[in-house]
Amino acid sequence: MEHIRLPKVESVRLLDRVSPRRSRVGTLYLTATHTIFVENEAGVRNETWVLHSLVCSVEKQGASASGCPLVIHCKNFQVLHFVLPRERECHDVQLSLQRLSQPESYEELYCFSYKPNVDEEERRQEWDFLGLKADYSRMGLPNSLWKLSPVNRHYKVSDTYPADLFVPESATPPVIVGSSKFRSRGRFPTLSYYSKENHAAICRSSQPLSGFSARCLEDEQMLEAILRSNPRSDFMYVVDTRPKLNAIANRAAGKGYENEDNYSNIKFQFLGIENIHVMRNSQQKMLEVCELRSPSMSDFLEGLESSGWLKHIKAVLDAGIFIAKAVAEEGVSVLVHCSDGWDRTAQVCSVACVLLDPYYRTLRGLMVLIEKDWISFGHKFSHRCNHLVGDPKEVSPIIDQFLECVWQLMEQFPCAFEFNERFLITIHSHIYSCQYGNFIGNNQRERIELRERTHSLWSYLWTNQADYINPLYRPDHSQTQGLLRPSTAPYCFKFWRGLYNRFDRGMHPRQSVEDYLSAIQEETQQLEEQLASHKQKIAQLEQEQGWRSVTQKAVGFDKSPTAWARGNDLSLANTPQDYTGGFLTSSPCQPKTPDSSLILFDQESGIADLSCRSPLSEDSTRDADSDEAAYSAA
Amino acid sequence: MEFAELIKTPRVDGVVLHRPFMPTVEGTLCLTGHHLILSSRQDNTEELWLLHSNIDSIEKRFVGSLGTIIVKCKDLRVIQLDIPGMEECLNIASSIEALSTLDSVSLMYPFFYRPMFEVIEDGWNSFLPEDAFKDLESMTDEWRLSDVNKDFSVCPSYPPLVAVPKDIDDDTLRKAATFRHSGRFPVLSYYHKKNGMVMMRSGQPLTGTNGRRCKEDEKLINATLRPGKRGYIIDTRTINVAQQAKARGGGFESEANYPQWRRIHKALERYEHLLNLFDISFDVVISSMDRWLSKLEASSWQTHVKEILTTACLAAQCIDREGASVLVHGTEGTDSTLQVTSLAQIILDPACRTIRGFQGLVEREWLQAGHPFQQRCAQSAYSNSKPRQESPVFLLFLDCVWQILRQFPCSFEFSESFLVLLFEHAYASQFGTFLGNSTAERLSLPEKTVSLWSWVNRPQELERLTNPLYEANSLVIWPSVAPQSLLLWEGVFLRWNRSSRCLDEAYEEMVHIIEYNKELQNKVNSLRRQLAQLETEDPLLQTP
Repeated sequence: MEHIRLPKVESVRLLDRVSPRRSRVGTLYLTATHTIFVENEAGVRNETWVLHSLVCSVEKQGASASGCPLVIHCKNFQVLHFVLPRERECHDVQLSLQRLSQPESYEELYCFSYKPNVDEEERRQEWDFLGLKADYSRMGLPNSLWKLSPVNRHYKVSDTYPADLFVPESATPPVIVGSSKFRSRGRFPTLSYYSKENHAAICRSSQPLSGFSARCLEDEQMLEAILRSNPRSDFMYVVDTRPKLNAIANRAAGKGYENEDNYSNIKFQFLGIENIHVMRNSQQKMLEVCELRSPSMSDFLEGLESSGWLKHIKAVLDAGIFIAKAVAEEGVSVLVHCSDGWDRTAQVCSVACVLLDPYYRTLRGLMVLIEKDWISFGHKFSHRCNHLVGDPKEVSPIIDQFLECVWQLMEQFPCAFEFNERFLITIHSHIYSCQYGNFIGNNQRERIELRERTHSLWSYLWTNQADYINPLYRPDHSQTQGLLRPSTAPYCFKFWRGLYNRFDRGMHPRQSVEDYLSAIQEETQQLEEQLASHKQKIAQLEQEQGWRSVTQKAVGFDKSPTAWARGNDLSLANTPQDYTGGFLTSSPCQPKTPDSSLILFDQESGIADLSCRSPLSEDSTRDADSDEAAYSAA
Repeated sequence: MEFAELIKTPRVDGVVLHRPFMPTVEGTLCLTGHHLILSSRQDNTEELWLLHSNIDSIEKRFVGSLGTIIVKCKDLRVIQLDIPGMEECLNIASSIEALSTLDSVSLMYPFFYRPMFEVIEDGWNSFLPEDAFKDLESMTDEWRLSDVNKDFSVCPSYPPLVAVPKDIDDDTLRKAATFRHSGRFPVLSYYHKKNGMVMMRSGQPLTGTNGRRCKEDEKLINATLRPGKRGYIIDTRTINVAQQAKARGGGFESEANYPQWRRIHKALERYEHLLNLFDISFDVVISSMDRWLSKLEASSWQTHVKEILTTACLAAQCIDREGASVLVHGTEGTDSTLQVTSLAQIILDPACRTIRGFQGLVEREWLQAGHPFQQRCAQSAYSNSKPRQESPVFLLFLDCVWQILRQFPCSFEFSESFLVLLFEHAYASQFGTFLGNSTAERLSLPEKTVSLWSWVNRPQELERLTNPLYEANSLVIWPSVAPQSLLLWEGVFLRWNRSSRCLDEAYEEMVHIIEYNKELQNKVNSLRRQLAQLETEDPLLQTP
């Protein structure tokens, strides 16, 4: 509370980026957890809620006669242009928000004040929902080739690794410890994925401390052990996901990459994925393009190209494909590393898993995969996502790139994934929101105590899974099976409008095929039930010759689900964009139709409107209980 | 001339056909007057039937005595034929070249094609101007159908019957026609039932450098305005281009002479600048090289899609939101003008989003409005010859429709395949619909050729072209024209260069979901009836 210099500002304008004339006037509130803009217009309860933890930057622009502009950029790519009446207020709001959005300690994070209406027992169960042991046993582990090693139980060997690790049966503790001393941050080679069918495995580590000539017997033995754990193969790949130049540069600092002469039967390969700084700048450039006001086609395409973003996505996917093919088609094990083994390595291992194993293309599977390759293996979420005030050079959209790779694959294989785009976007949003404990901290060791005091995103997603199901998915569909072989021609990589322009609602298709199909499927399910009950009743009636009277009348389906689809955001469709560049001055484009996100709920057909689930309203409607508490407390 | 003279080698055995994403086929290559046929004589392999008129260009290569012909088609397909024997290969190549570039219309395939299907409704009579006028009459009595152009003397590219304001007599029309490019005087394009506003189209006014005016022209378009109301003139050219046109006798409507009209200039390219762009963009798409987006940008295809859509939205906005009438023209009024007027109708008029309504739109706003299809579609992206009148104006229009369809996937009765079908038939067809450049040139076609609409409007074809998601939407649909919202039309540009298996499967899955639902609804309804019947027959339930 002490950081809020000004809890309320009146007569604030919220500008619409696409059509500036559609600005709204209202009151701005600052609470302990949210910035809230409440529109003044009578009869419309239109509110915009923004979590402080999602705020990325707060920029005050030069004041003019119309007021003092304040631009808020969010980590979920929402951009809010406010105009405050007085510079003084603008200044106070800016300072307050800057402080509120950059907590100095974990204690200030939203996950500790987020209290949904569940009791302690339920909260505890949330955390038991996903366990990695179950995933390893799904892979068939432990077995005669791979064993669970207790060596890192107390995070003594590597403090950024998880406690439970699988290593080759023949890897003894001295070998593991010896190897770990030869690897950055002690991150020795350990198992990430094991293929039951052909015993090929994906292992991961950090770079070896090889410098120009150093070698380590235990590390060589470790790789030998991994190779031997795949009895049918006489060699293994060692993949350095960095560009060769970067790896060579690391040698000067006593790090580097494996020398093929020192390790028996390895094939060494660079995969050329750029580092976190390149990725951060690339995304920044892309976002600048996304934010351009009425850009021309050339501005957009040129800008997108020169950001290099899609090229980087292609590099990550290409690397994943290389590994997936090595495992599935050649039956060869792969050791993957980059520098520390928690960024590019996490991306590439998890992309390979999605390509390889249909399980990771299910709702639960993707959660398990993120839990395994990202959370447990120490992707530094707090640093990369800037959860606390810290070094801006540590921030990088590495996990965004993984989610985007999955999305690109979904575009190519529309029936292969159990979940939909909304699932990815929701995960993305909560990685940054700090609402759940899952992504707080930088590694498992830092996270141990969090479980006692926070909630888990996974059980929330699972409870609401109806929102995240891809209607085209069928477990028995041919696309669902086996290895995915995506095309990687440059034109296959598309701009992910759904994420990066998520809040520019006017840019998205006005009718969603997916939601339409989901509604149909829901109705189909009810029809199936009716069919069964009708059959039963007819049989009864015929048998008992009317002994029992039929009380329950059939519920008619006169209202087709398409009636819902028609309501689907057409209020928006019925409002033209600014096609004139301000030519038509008397345009009646003022939003007579209120923001449809809150009002379209077709109670009769019982199907929630798409826009109710739309990302825009997600934060404001979902957590209404807790949010409102915070709001009134202010 | 006999086709036999052009066919030096009618058949060659042992020819191997290569197509991307398909297995190679070995078989016999046959040339007929209109087709290139490759048959493997095996039951389960697909034969290739290619219309010569679909061939845009060919290349030949030799390795020893094995010749290779690369055939590039107007529908953007590229196939390769390996032909044993140098002489055979050269003969085939020169025959294909001759047969695919026949100049005489009367030698075209539609004059030889006999339908193998039952014609339920003769498409030549499906969309007559007089029938369209009946619909108009049911909404308003402010317009009349004039036959001033019955012998095509007033405007060679107009149909014999055009809708004009009721109070304007034929003499006025004749005089106005002398003041407009190619005699294309302002005529009705669309009547907006909701508020009675109209969209008209014409050629540019012939003001010339000394600012000529024409009272009849002014009277004609002012007659479409309500008292005290102003209208908008959308000139598809930039102000500079329109100024320059004056030197060649053209021009634009000056404020002084048209005080009730407000002029808006947009920057749509003239047809002659477009073919090259089509060429480049296709080249880009198939090359899997680096900097793909830059090359796509350089081709400027997507830029044009955005500009055309924006202009159409603007016209629709003037009519629906400003409550103003609109006159659209560029230079000739046969290309960019038609893109704008037809797209505006897609946005405004739900009827145009049905299969039949869209056919009617193509008839009215393209064929009868005098878009010179034969000139524009003579060559496509691969042509080596210097373009004269060729230009993908119609394909750009279809691309824009596809963009709106993508944004409103449930609001169109037809699916993407209908748009692709129209693209194909505009460039090469067994039907006569897209032959000729104007109604005047098409007068003899109904007797000698079959209409594309005769073929399309049969239940089995209609079913194939129907969008399973369609649910009539009576509203005006405003598309987004942000670059983020406009996509490359893969169904045309990548059609032959990608495996569409996964996307096809997704489409089938979608159809399955919808059909299974319908099937269940029927079952439940019939059981419900059965149940109701059992209940009424039940004596116990009869007595209260």
